[in-house]
Amino acid sequence: MATITDPVVRAHKREVIEKAVLRFCGDSGDGMQITGSQFTNTVALYGNDLATFPDYPAEIRAPAGTLPGVSGFQIQFSSADVFTPGDAVDVLVAMNPAALRTNIKDLKPNGILIVNSDAFTEADLRKADLTSNPLEDGSLDAFRLFTVGLERLTRTALQDLGLDAKSMDRCKNFFALGMCYWLYNRSMDLTYKWIEDKFKTKALLVEANKLAMRAGYNYCEATEAFQVSYEIPPAKLTPGTYRNLSGNQALAIGFVAASQKAGLPLFLGSYPITPASDILHELSMYKNFGVMTFQAEDEIAAITSAIGAAYSGALALTTTSGPGMALKTEAMGLAVATELPIVICDIQRGGPSTGLPTKTEQADLLQAMFARNSEAPIPILAPSTPGDCFWVAVEACRIALKYMVPVIILSDGYLANGAEPWRIPTLDEIPGIKVKFATDPNGFHPYSRDPSTLARPWAIPGTPGLEHRIGGIEKQDVTGNINYEPLNHEKMVRLRAAKVEAVTQDIPDLVPAGDPDGDLLIVAWGSTYGAITAGMKTMRAKGHRIGHVHLRHLNPLARNLGELLVRYRQVLVPEMNLGQLLMLLRAKFLVDAQGYNKIQGQPFKQSEIEAKIEEILG
Amino acid sequence: MTTASIPVLTKKDFQTDQEVRWCPGCGDYAILSAVQSVFPELGIPREKFVVISGIGCSSRFPYYMNTFGFHTIHGRGPAVATGVKITHPELEVWLATGDGDSLAIGGNHTIHMLRRNVGIKVLMFNNKIYGLTKGQYSPTSEFGKKTKSTPFGTADRPFNPLGLVIGADTSFVARSVDVFQGHLKDTLKKAAAHKGSAYVEILQNCNIFNDGAWFELTEKEARNEHVVQLEHGKPLIYGKNRDKGIRLNGMELEVVHLGNGNGLTEKDVLVHDEHHANPAYAYLLAQMEEKPGFPTPIGVLRSWDRDRYEDVMSKQIQDVIAKRGPGDLMKLLNAGDTWEVR
Repeated sequence: MATITDPVVRAHKREVIEKAVLRFCGDSGDGMQITGSQFTNTVALYGNDLATFPDYPAEIRAPAGTLPGVSGFQIQFSSADVFTPGDAVDVLVAMNPAALRTNIKDLKPNGILIVNSDAFTEADLRKADLTSNPLEDGSLDAFRLFTVGLERLTRTALQDLGLDAKSMDRCKNFFALGMCYWLYNRSMDLTYKWIEDKFKTKALLVEANKLAMRAGYNYCEATEAFQVSYEIPPAKLTPGTYRNLSGNQALAIGFVAASQKAGLPLFLGSYPITPASDILHELSMYKNFGVMTFQAEDEIAAITSAIGAAYSGALALTTTSGPGMALKTEAMGLAVATELPIVICDIQRGGPSTGLPTKTEQADLLQAMFARNSEAPIPILAPSTPGDCFWVAVEACRIALKYMVPVIILSDGYLANGAEPWRIPTLDEIPGIKVKFATDPNGFHPYSRDPSTLARPWAIPGTPGLEHRIGGIEKQDVTGNINYEPLNHEKMVRLRAAKVEAVTQDIPDLVPAGDPDGDLLIVAWGSTYGAITAGMKTMRAKGHRIGHVHLRHLNPLARNLGELLVRYRQVLVPEMNLGQLLMLLRAKFLVDAQGYNKIQGQPFKQSEIEAKIEEILG
Repeated sequence: MTTASIPVLTKKDFQTDQEVRWCPGCGDYAILSAVQSVFPELGIPREKFVVISGIGCSSRFPYYMNTFGFHTIHGRGPAVATGVKITHPELEVWLATGDGDSLAIGGNHTIHMLRRNVGIKVLMFNNKIYGLTKGQYSPTSEFGKKTKSTPFGTADRPFNPLGLVIGADTSFVARSVDVFQGHLKDTLKKAAAHKGSAYVEILQNCNIFNDGAWFELTEKEARNEHVVQLEHGKPLIYGKNRDKGIRLNGMELEVVHLGNGNGLTEKDVLVHDEHHANPAYAYLLAQMEEKPGFPTPIGVLRSWDRDRYEDVMSKQIQDVIAKRGPGDLMKLLNAGDTWEVR
């Protein structure tokens, strides 16, 4: 745009640092998630390693300016490996008193605090239950406070565009983003491109948002508000082509990859639920891959339509969160009994019941293991990082198709919405998936079995001569006919369990990260991976001998886990629940493992893991 | 596939080697026999048939049909069938269900399948009782009915099944009776010929827990007085002597006597139009069953064409492929902003 000029050559000090943690927070209407993801894409493209943590309220719009309406987005980016979004924050951008009040506790002493001073009227303070103005009462003296009249400055920058005041105020987040780009010496090109694309039919808004961002950038340049800006060089990641990817996106493209590798059409039956809906949104865009997305009337129809699709030979999925899992339990039993391959994604959130829909938790493990009537074992996989969701999606499909079983993926809100740089694999790096439909009527029996996998044949409707009946009623071994005989039932129960157990032949032996034996073994699963990896690194540097195994396969478990457990003096199981993996490990291995449990809707911090290790090892 | 390559099938081809385990005298035998007679006449290869069911006496149906069959879980048959039909629109998918399976536990799936117009043919066995659980009342049991679970009579008004599905804009709505074999077969053939969802209520006797459920309609002496056959383009006339008719008076239907010296003739009687644009017409017909003094209409109440869900979905996929080209996995993986690390 003609009105935008390039910034002048800078005269201030520039400091090279290794890493930074930045958090944007404001009202849920302030566009904090967009601001955060724009900053993320920019630093990703620059080549930093990073991890993000979007944290937003369950209400779409709680009353503006109130404490429940605060939405935040945190990113840690670095020239070294990044495992978590960071514990304490270096730079906090607060758009109003409520955001300041709920987030200030996480800002490091002497950290940079950018506050929108235009949102600190008496009425604003009252909405945040504040009796005095923190910008004036000295309570922020421990920080480097920068008060910026974001609304006033944005309006001034946009005054010639002829926009109304409300529309101008909506651009203030881009003013703040421009300031952060200046602070970390980042190009605004990528965000310009995004703005042009996002508002492509509204030329005025393109201009307004670009102007606001540029004004924020130039404000820092002109006022020399910050005496120093920072430079974080690119990280030394494994060579390759990278993109930034969230966990839910990774699951979605992982399923498309699996369907292409298997040569099967992809079918998703789903009912919208936070934080899983993005998988449905994402997959519904891939129709040119032949992907069929069916938004069902409820959670039960979502899974049972997937069972119908699997019965007819599609790669079938259903995606949900904990409450939806509860509704799907009877149908999961049907998939177990009819031995049909479906993949069930549970993007866990805080519970019970509606609980904390937008917050993370790992408390559905026992639900995934056991919440079905009778003996109905199902293989369970858990991704450990947003990018790992891709690989777990492929692996879950592979297991489902190879063993003719339903498979559960346990992701969580933290992985689903968090993002990280992801090395894009070549097609050869993605495992092939072999599928064979039964076609020969000679000697065909619906419940005959492959000796190595115990899988039954996949005989889909439309195949001449293979007409047969299946269902939820107990069936006779081999023939599949209805059968109520006692010994046949026991045989079938054992066969279904043996089939799930047979998956162990595909699970590689666990190799602990860190020390192969010693003082402490940390056993964990899911999204706690980053905090544990980072925390363990610090504690090993202090001389402790610690190992860490992170379980991707939760059912069945890797064959050598029991043997690893006895190589260390103590075993610690950190989980975002009351000790569910802990219970399974103690039951299976009679090991005196101890739990470390956090159930706050928030992921573990690195410092919490360190403190726990310190407490145990002294 | 050309019709010439389809082997000639007989009723026997659709019978299985499984012992049929309904109570002796159950109306389900008659329905099974009618379906096994109709399927070979449809000119469809046997492997293309999929019979799906939920739970209940009626839902044992797939085990006795020598086709692909899936006995699912209570109430969820429509959703399983939808998954089959969406992924394979060329299959001939039939759903066997009952008044409990379809209207109580599976009510939600039923209305949504019909609203979407998924090309599934529904056989709803209505015996106004729960048979497999041994005699509790169902959503179609008469008000006040004394059953095992309502010793002092029910307190809830029953569903009018066809009124319900007309409300869901079902594109084919019909009713027949287990013992009216000729009529039942004709109705099933019409359902089979319909492209979208077809919902056929089959009045069926449970001789153990609700014997005589439809006695008034099926009893030889009385049936002519209590049943009116709907035939497209024909007047609604019934009675042993064809001396009664149904007339539209304002928003109401009324029974009129013909040739009674009152000057009323066939010309004054309503002529059945199963393609009537206004569903209110079919709804009026559906209500007759519960109105004292009215005969119960059997036959096709409503039949109209509209797009099937699975066809719209296939077309969307084809359109997107035509516009963007078939999916390229490498492109998908590399979508958005990427960068090189050396």
